[in-house]
Amino acid sequence: MKAIPFMKWRWIAVALSAAALLVAIASLTIKQLNWGLDFTGGTLVEVAYSDSADLGAIRKVLDEEGYEGAVVVSFGTDKDVLVRLPDGYSDEQGAMMVDKLRGATEMSIELRRIEFVGPQVGEELRDDGGIAMLTALGLVMLYVAFRFQIKFALGAVIALAHDVIFTLGFFSLTGLEFDLTVLAALLAVVGYSLNDTIVVSDRIRENLRKIRRASPGEVIDISLTETLGRTLVTSLTTLLVLAALALFGGEMIFGFAVALLVGVAVGTYSSMYVAATTLLQLGVSKEDVMVPEREGADQEGLMP
Amino acid sequence: MTNRYPLWKNLLILTVVLCGFYYAAPNLYAPDPALQIAGASSSQQIDERVLGRAETALTDAGIGFFGEELQNQGKSALLRLNDREQQLRAQAILARELGDGFIVALNLAPTTPDWLVSGAATPMKLGLDLSGGVHFKLEVDVAAAAERKLNQYETGIQKRLREERIRGRISLDGQKVAMQFRSEADREAARREVMDLYPELFLDRVDEGEIWSLYAEVTEQTIKEVVDYAVAQNLTTIRNRVNELGVSEPLVQRQGSNRIVVELPGIQDTAEAKRILGKVANLEFRLVAEANAPISERQRFEYRSADRGGMTEWLERDVIITGESVSNAQAGFDQNGQPNVSISLDGEGGMLMSRATRANIKRRMGVLFIERKYRTRYEQDESGEEVAVRIPYDEKKLLTAPVIQSALGAQFQITGLDSPAESSELALMLRAGALAAPITFVEERTVGPSLGAENIRLGMKSVQVGLALVVVFMILYYRVFGIAAVIALSGNLVLLVGIMSVLGATLTLPGIAGIVLTVGMAVDANVLIFARIREEIRSGSPPQTAITQGFDRAIVTILDANITTLIVAIILYAIGTGPIKGFAVTLSVGIITSMFSSIMGTRALVNIIYGGRRVQSLAIGGIGSKRSSPEGAQV
Repeated sequence: MKAIPFMKWRWIAVALSAAALLVAIASLTIKQLNWGLDFTGGTLVEVAYSDSADLGAIRKVLDEEGYEGAVVVSFGTDKDVLVRLPDGYSDEQGAMMVDKLRGATEMSIELRRIEFVGPQVGEELRDDGGIAMLTALGLVMLYVAFRFQIKFALGAVIALAHDVIFTLGFFSLTGLEFDLTVLAALLAVVGYSLNDTIVVSDRIRENLRKIRRASPGEVIDISLTETLGRTLVTSLTTLLVLAALALFGGEMIFGFAVALLVGVAVGTYSSMYVAATTLLQLGVSKEDVMVPEREGADQEGLMP
Repeated sequence: MTNRYPLWKNLLILTVVLCGFYYAAPNLYAPDPALQIAGASSSQQIDERVLGRAETALTDAGIGFFGEELQNQGKSALLRLNDREQQLRAQAILARELGDGFIVALNLAPTTPDWLVSGAATPMKLGLDLSGGVHFKLEVDVAAAAERKLNQYETGIQKRLREERIRGRISLDGQKVAMQFRSEADREAARREVMDLYPELFLDRVDEGEIWSLYAEVTEQTIKEVVDYAVAQNLTTIRNRVNELGVSEPLVQRQGSNRIVVELPGIQDTAEAKRILGKVANLEFRLVAEANAPISERQRFEYRSADRGGMTEWLERDVIITGESVSNAQAGFDQNGQPNVSISLDGEGGMLMSRATRANIKRRMGVLFIERKYRTRYEQDESGEEVAVRIPYDEKKLLTAPVIQSALGAQFQITGLDSPAESSELALMLRAGALAAPITFVEERTVGPSLGAENIRLGMKSVQVGLALVVVFMILYYRVFGIAAVIALSGNLVLLVGIMSVLGATLTLPGIAGIVLTVGMAVDANVLIFARIREEIRSGSPPQTAITQGFDRAIVTILDANITTLIVAIILYAIGTGPIKGFAVTLSVGIITSMFSSIMGTRALVNIIYGGRRVQSLAIGGIGSKRSSPEGAQV
């Protein structure tokens, strides 16, 4: 089988990644994220009207009732209405607002959900999320450094950071709401992308030990070519189910599905280019993966 | 190289999968809408007579029901309803019919058949985002708890020094009780008394000219204990109040140092729930002051009820007991048919009460109701923005001030109440107990029942569509091996649901998303194995060797890849709340079951299909069938 010269084009990939990350970081700095209620605090009310709801009229009612800063949008269908109040209203305002909306229309209104998050909780969730992300990256790096070698760990973590920043940038650029489920999706992206990177790294390690007459660049090319089929198939099956989730899962899970779709797609790319390029630039060589005799014996036991 | 599993291995896999089926099966049976009747106090028995009254009431109202039964040795009864729409109406009817002594709770009764119940198989619980209901997060005001404790110290010291006739000025100074005396002898006497009374206080002497001061400082350790106690006490009280709300399977849980999470499935009226939960009621029993008492020892309070609006009463400053000592209170009638409330106190409360009332027969005792309320004030913060500041204050109103007829102990009655309504209200307030510290709602999520049902429907649909897509792809791409992988994948789903049911995990919408994701990712292990098998064949291995080598070589990779994902899932579980935890649980369980099913399960199937015989070629797609075509090999 002929190896595809992946590493020959790595500078194009580096340029692409760098450009994408620059855009992502710029957007995250300037436009920032459209933080969801979980992180900003505030009140959110979703109601279903029995017929098409007139958003203008609803805005007028809320205006007259003194709900300053209320954002009214339709949610999914034109019967479903989402009202978001900024932080500062008390925890009882949501239920009171539904009563006022009921009083202002002939249609029947069904309460779908009310969410109230205090400002303190929002801030804590944001901090906890950041800590979780860093802990995840740190632990993963430790595990990979222990199971493989520090250069592989660096490659994996840089690839993960790449995917996370890219996905965050995507959410910033599109203005999609970033809520708690998206944060969970982002951590799942870390898990998935890592899975991919490990599989590729594993093959690179194996080939570095096995193939004697080849430069590290060539070994990486061979490894990537060998794992390409598996990488694409797994990404495809995962993307298939995620597409099903995004299309049929409903509004409450849409952000979650999109975050994973983007993350898995970019994760597939990064496990090939970002992790492998980092490895190559760090000067990975046979010596890095030569294990001491005894541990080598263990390995043989596992892989006859 | 025959690729046969020994019989025990096949049997083991079969047993695991059958167990999975058995424990996943209860989830196939949809629960019945039901009402659960329980006594308001734990000693209350529910008998056939009570059940009969409930049945008659429902029949009269034209509400269809079935499967009525007594449960828990007569502690509760269950009625299943024909129509979920009528559940709320039926609850209201039963509550009115049975009256105060009973709690009628909405319930979803499992319909798990006997052959599953006998093996302790139960369906998964649904999270609030699927069942509908309310989630509250409450925060205990720890500063207020500490302050309350400090006030207790101040009053206690004051009282003791007065009893011992030691004269001095006592005031609060930050976290200290400051005492000032005119002589060193007084101070030493006071120091001994305080040390005897509150050994946990840290005492410090300071001489300021002619004034001998003594500072009693509350240590951090004590504050921590006070806060801990306050949170624990609030937890208990809220549990009691939640029970009064009539919800089946409520969740009341401490979170972190000072938060309490309350989940009430099926509740829609959040205002009512919050009124009962958030009611920061505390009670104080104090003697009504005598007319000639000095003004410094008495305080004036208004009556709480509207019929006595504006009327006031002077009470002593000393508190006999607080509501924390009340262990039970029941509304009832005395021999003359007058409404009364019977109160039971805990041991210490009874002792204090008897000591205080013994010498004061024929005087009156006031019951004060204390509610924490908030005033909102708007202020400018540093950046000039207007922010709302909530300032808490205690509102103390008099509930009643009956005459003490005899020395009271741990059991006594309050009589002289105007109406049965008043007695039951008073009993409820006494019984609901006291929160040791004020609470605020910091998070609240309400999900309507229709949204919950829709979330289930959409979630199931995405599982089905996702699964169908993967099945089609795998079979087209991997042929016979694809079929083996798909069967293993289905087995994986069954195992996943079975294990989640056994663990008593709660299924949430992100949890369903986790299942969908598992379906997509679970095939990864098989993809890795099949890719290896293809490679082996390409490099010239005979089919049976290729299978063995393919499985064995892929295992290390699969383990490494899955363990790292598991690390991430565990972190997610550690930081996540509610629905996110649900996602983390499905993801973790999914990773483990998928490793079992795709390594052991698929191998068993492949062995059954190809093992133990001569095989010319493998139907694994790509190259297996056409070995001579290298182009097809790379896809």
